[in-house]
Amino acid sequence: MYGWLSVLDSSLLRSRWFSFGLLALGLALLPFLIDAGLGRSWVRLLDLALLYVMLALGLNIVVGYAGLLDLGYVAFYALGAYVYAWLASPHFGLHLPFWAILPLGAALAGMFGVLLGAPTLRLRGDYLAIVTLGFGEIIRIFMNNLNAPFNLTNGPQGINLIDPVRLGSTSLSQPLTVFGYTFSGVHLTYYLFLVLVMAVIFISMRLENSRIGRAWVAIREDEIAAAATGINTRNLKLLAFAMGATFGGLAGGLFASFQGFISPESFNLMESIMILCMIVLGGMGHIPGVIFGALLLTLLPEALRYTGEWQRSAFGQIYIDPADLRMLLFGVALVAVMLYRPAGLIPSARRRQEFADAKQ
Amino acid sequence: MSTLLTVSRVSKAFGGLQALSDISLSVNTSEIFGLIGPNGAGKTTLFNALTGLYSTDSGEVLLHDKRLDNRPPHQVLKAGLARTFQNIRLFAEMTALENVLVGRHARTSSGVIGAVLRLPATRREEADSRERAHALLSRVGIAQHANRLAKNLPYGDQRRLEIARALATEPSLLALDEPAAGMNPAERSALRELLLQLQADGLTLLLIEHDVKLVMGLCTRLAVLDYGVKIAEGTPDVVSRDPKVIAAYLGDEAL
Repeated sequence: MYGWLSVLDSSLLRSRWFSFGLLALGLALLPFLIDAGLGRSWVRLLDLALLYVMLALGLNIVVGYAGLLDLGYVAFYALGAYVYAWLASPHFGLHLPFWAILPLGAALAGMFGVLLGAPTLRLRGDYLAIVTLGFGEIIRIFMNNLNAPFNLTNGPQGINLIDPVRLGSTSLSQPLTVFGYTFSGVHLTYYLFLVLVMAVIFISMRLENSRIGRAWVAIREDEIAAAATGINTRNLKLLAFAMGATFGGLAGGLFASFQGFISPESFNLMESIMILCMIVLGGMGHIPGVIFGALLLTLLPEALRYTGEWQRSAFGQIYIDPADLRMLLFGVALVAVMLYRPAGLIPSARRRQEFADAKQ
Repeated sequence: MSTLLTVSRVSKAFGGLQALSDISLSVNTSEIFGLIGPNGAGKTTLFNALTGLYSTDSGEVLLHDKRLDNRPPHQVLKAGLARTFQNIRLFAEMTALENVLVGRHARTSSGVIGAVLRLPATRREEADSRERAHALLSRVGIAQHANRLAKNLPYGDQRRLEIARALATEPSLLALDEPAAGMNPAERSALRELLLQLQADGLTLLLIEHDVKLVMGLCTRLAVLDYGVKIAEGTPDVVSRDPKVIAAYLGDEAL
C-alpha cells in the first residue's frame, strides 16, 4: 500500500518539477527570443521591466498587505541608486564591488523606511499618502540640491560613469563569450535581475502566508481590532515600511549599475504613481497580479511607440504623437480597469470573491 | 476564590464629560461577571480603558497583580485579557480560519527569517496554530465556515468567530461587549450554552449585556454603572432589587 503511495508521490513530484523546469527553460530563453524577434532594445526594456517588478513587489508589501498608502516609495529607489553611485563611480573615486554595495544600499533604504515610517504611524489613508508624498519629494529635492557646499550628489547633472555589475572578471556591460557563444551585456543583466526578482517573489510569497503577513493584512483590515488581538501595530507597520524600502533600495542599486548614470529626474513623483498603478492595475496584494501589472505598464507604453510608424505608413503623416497616445491610452486603460475589473486584472481569489459577493 | 481582575478607582474624562468616575470592582477567577447599565453609562468606555484602547486619568487596573492601565492593547492582551467588540470588528477580507490564526499572533514568535526560510520551528508553530484554530472554530460551532471570508458569515456566526479569535489568544479573562446584540432567541440560547461551557473550562468572563434575562441567568455577580458611576454591585438577586438600579433603569418615578 505504501509502495503505491510513494509511486503516486514521486510522479506528482516529477510533474511539478517538470512544469517548473519548463518555466525555467522558457525564462532562460526569453531574452534570445525577444532579441531575435523584436531587437536588442527590447531586451534592455525587459531588464528594466524586471526592476519594476521588484519595485512593485516591494511597494505591494506596504500598500497591498499592510494597507499603508505610500506615495513616496520612489525615495527608497533613489537612495539605493545614489548609494550605489557614490560607492562605485569616479564621483568619489570609489569602486567597491557590487555584492558589497547592493546589500548596503538595500539596508540603508530599509533604515530610511523605518525613519520615514516612524513619524507617520498615527496617520492613515489620505493623510499618510500626503505625508509620504512629501517625503518622496524631499529626498528628490535633496538630491537635486546637494551639490553645494559639499558636492554629494552633483545636483541636477546627476552622477555619471557608474560601474556596471562585475562578477569576477566579467562585466555585465561587456559581451561574454562562453564556448564560442557570445552573450551580450543586456542578456547577462537579464539573468542577474531575474535571479533577484525570483528571490523577491519567493520572499513575498513566504511572508504572505506567515504569521507576519497575516498580521499585516489584519492591520489593513482593522487596525484597532488588530491591536486588541495582540498585534504590535507599531512594530509591524515599521517592518512593512522597512521590507518595502529594502526591495526599493535593491532595485535602485541595480538601476544605477544598469544605466551607468542617475540624476534626480529619474526619481520624481510620477515614478511613485506609476509603481502604485502597477499594483492597483494588476491586483493589489496578489503577487501574480502585481508582476503582471509591472510588466504591462513597463512594456505597453514602449509598444505604443510603434503607432507613430503605423500612422505614417497608413496616412502619410503622424496625427497623434505616440507620446500623447501613450498617456491617453494609459488613462483609458486605468478607467476601464477600475470600472470593469475593480480588483485588478489578476485579482487574488479572495478579492475576486469579495467583489462577486458585493455584486449579488 | 481568588481575585483575577482588580479595578480600583479608575477615572476617565473626555473634555468636560466625566465618562468614568472612581470605578472599583473585582472579578474572581472562573466567574461570569456582568456589567450593566443604561445606554451611555460608561460600560464600553470602561472596557476600552481596561483593554488599553483608552488611557485612564487615574486609578489602577490589575490582572494577576500585573498593572494593565495605560499599557498598549497588545500588551494587555499578552497579559491575558482578550476582548470582543460591540460592533463586530473582524478582519473582513480574511477567512474565518485566518481570523483565528491572527489571534495566535501574541502566543507565537516566528519572524521574517523564520517565515522566509520556513525553519523547522516556524513550521511546527504554524502547524500547531492551525490545529488550535480549527479546534476553536469547532468549539464555537462554525467549523464548516473555516474557509469563508469573515464578512460573508451570518451575523450570529460572526459573533462566534470573534469569540474564537479572542480565545485563540489564550486569555485568562475574556471581556465580551454585548455578545448577544442583534441575535435571535435561538442564537441567544446557543451563545448562553457556549459561555457556560467556557466558564466550566475555567475561563473568567466579563460581560456587558443589555439583555437582562440573559445577564440575570448567566452572571454570578454584577456591577451596575450609571453616568460613569458604579451604583451597585452584587449577585443578580441583590442588584435587581436595589432601588438605585431600578431608578437608573426606570426613572425615579418608578419607586
